[in-house]
Amino acid sequence: MEAVLPQPQRGSPQRLPQRRPVVPSAMLGMLVFIVTEIMFFAGFISAFTISKANAVMGMWPPPGQPRLPAEATLLNTAVLLVSGVLLFVAYRRFRVNAPSKSLYLVAFVLGAAFVGLQGREWVMLLGAGMTMTSSTLGSFFYLIVGTHALHVAVCIVAMGFGFVRLQKGTLSREFFLATLSFWVFVVGAWPIIYLRVYF
Amino acid sequence: MSSTAEAHGHGGGQHAHGHDHAQGDHGHHDQGWFMKYFWSTDHKIICFQYLFTGMFMAVIGGFAVYVFRMQLAFPGMPVPGWGRVTASDYNALITTHGSVMIFWVAMPVLIAALGNYLIPLMIGCDDMVFPRLNRLSYQIFLVSVVILILSFLVQGGAFGGAWTAYPPLSAKSAFNLTPMGSTLWITAVALEFVAFLLGGINFVTTLMNSRAPGMKMFDVPMVVWMIIIASILFMASVGPLVAGAVMLIFDQQIGTAFFDPAKGGDPILWQHLFWFFGHPEVYVVLLPAMGITAEVITVHGRKKLFAYRTVLYTAIATGIISFFVWAHHQFIAGIDPRMANIFTVTTLIISIPVAEMVFVYIATLYGASIRLTTPMLWALGFIGEFLMGGVTGIFLGASGADIYFHDTYFVLAHFHYTFFPIAFIATFAAITHWFPKMFGRMMNEAWGKVHFWVTTISFNMIFIPLFLLGARGDHRRIYDPTHFPELMRAGMQDLRVLATVSLLILISVQVVFVANFIYSIFWGPKADKNPWRANSLEWHAPSPPPHGNFPEGLPNVYRGPYEYAHPDRGEDDHWPQHEPPPEGAKA
Repeated sequence: MEAVLPQPQRGSPQRLPQRRPVVPSAMLGMLVFIVTEIMFFAGFISAFTISKANAVMGMWPPPGQPRLPAEATLLNTAVLLVSGVLLFVAYRRFRVNAPSKSLYLVAFVLGAAFVGLQGREWVMLLGAGMTMTSSTLGSFFYLIVGTHALHVAVCIVAMGFGFVRLQKGTLSREFFLATLSFWVFVVGAWPIIYLRVYF
Repeated sequence: MSSTAEAHGHGGGQHAHGHDHAQGDHGHHDQGWFMKYFWSTDHKIICFQYLFTGMFMAVIGGFAVYVFRMQLAFPGMPVPGWGRVTASDYNALITTHGSVMIFWVAMPVLIAALGNYLIPLMIGCDDMVFPRLNRLSYQIFLVSVVILILSFLVQGGAFGGAWTAYPPLSAKSAFNLTPMGSTLWITAVALEFVAFLLGGINFVTTLMNSRAPGMKMFDVPMVVWMIIIASILFMASVGPLVAGAVMLIFDQQIGTAFFDPAKGGDPILWQHLFWFFGHPEVYVVLLPAMGITAEVITVHGRKKLFAYRTVLYTAIATGIISFFVWAHHQFIAGIDPRMANIFTVTTLIISIPVAEMVFVYIATLYGASIRLTTPMLWALGFIGEFLMGGVTGIFLGASGADIYFHDTYFVLAHFHYTFFPIAFIATFAAITHWFPKMFGRMMNEAWGKVHFWVTTISFNMIFIPLFLLGARGDHRRIYDPTHFPELMRAGMQDLRVLATVSLLILISVQVVFVANFIYSIFWGPKADKNPWRANSLEWHAPSPPPHGNFPEGLPNVYRGPYEYAHPDRGEDDHWPQHEPPPEGAKA
């Protein structure tokens, strides 16, 4: 298995030197997927920007609709960003064979807290009369933020699996790296969504 | 199979692992029929799943076009096999024809089937990097097929808003009268995209991380590059359309107003989201067809591909420019005329790299020892017919001409001159070329040539009349032209009948192909492992390749794939990629 010669002998059917992948396959596959996801969110956000620009001057937010709680959401944003940083630090520790379960767990809990805080915000907005069909703002708000929340939820489930594996000691570097890449994407997309949609 | 974690762990890369695997026990021989042909993770079986599903869908798409062309040639007469065609039948049939032929025939056959078959074999590895993801890809695709077919059976029938699904027609059931059919259609399209997304992730990762030792970037066969570039294009452009599809489903089912101007939405927005995907999609299917042509003309012309790197760079350039041309579909949709000017310019620019590829192929053919085998005929036919489609596209890219031609049969004939060569002529080139490898037997050459000539002539006899009709102003979305006196001027109905009769010939001659295909699978003459004396790695594997592809061990690569008629080789006019250099030569 290790019998890989550095140089092939001339004319012999020896194996040529192996190429070590520059990017591990799981990571590369995830990166390609993230490119698609970026374009997916770009589609939503540009559609929202165009619809907002089409609105008659002074009619935004549309009449009868509450203003979005941009200040309160700042806290949610901070929670998510901290979670992203913590998972990154947890990966750094994992890579040098000093895995930290508590860092991983805190990142996981903060991510879940973000979904909870956003859910609380949705309940308040629904109470204030903003629904999926009440206006273009409502439609786009629930669509974009909901899609993002779905991505967060999926990634939290993946992080949950990762945590179980971390405890058992079977967490592979590829799995961690792929989860981290997706989490960085989800966390990094949020400030852009926040700035475009809430203001 | 190629488990990344494991391969990465012992530093040998995946090939060390794959090598042992190929020499050792395979352990997958006792599986039942279901596990082997339906639940398989083998890239070749998944290719056949996509290929045969695509062929089955082509029958559905072909039946739809038969019914509505009969209606246009003989308006109001009952069509054999369908009955009287109502207006909503007509709409459902053209929608089905368009979406099936693009999403369920061209994409699965050109990208998924050929990509799955060729990429691992041509780069010399035992399977895709993510085999289970590959299996999931086909299963999601199959679900989308079932949903699409079911949409014919629900109340109101199948969706009839054309394959472009413009709102408000597609968004409100009060307009399209298909409350269920339209949602099922868009769900099927979205699932199909997910399937190809999974496939594309696999293709890119496999090419990057699983190439045979010694295979450098410029030693990769052109068809593999083309399928990879097409997959990247697809994955980069499909996001906005999936976003639009979600918005359209919400408009249809929940009552949101993303595309309803009365409530603050914007119907043009859909057109932007759709064509931002829709135009790169043209190149998503074109590039694999170009790649197939490159393989076939070099193998059957016994000559090195002229300007390998130019072809690769022009393909990349085409891919990039294709993201900046989409609004040429919307010149009369009310976009700003200044924007129309910009998109006219970009549209004319994109013809340059495509023309360059055609020139390179002609330069490859110059001085080649051309053997007019069936695959070669199809490849030459592809270059010629696609040229017609490309040249007529220049008229339509200019916004001034497009305002007159928009939505006439001229547009329709134009994109069929691009699309038929891509989806059928190039596919036939690929199937006839790789058939010996896929099934271990040869196809019948004489019947193959009959099929080629009748198909090509009848194809031209369909669409040349439609060009003439379009130039005379015949509108493409009219169900019964007899209601419009200006569409019934002298000779116009004759042209419609000519096109329909030619279509009947085109469809019936496909029976020759199907018969030849099925007969050859079981009773054709046995093929050895390299019947065309080709260079690329798939011809080094046995025909058909077993599970694991290369039973003698995965190959090394010493040179590019197009070393035909090399001066150092004397009488032998091919020089396989895996053959080690002779003793004493420079490696």
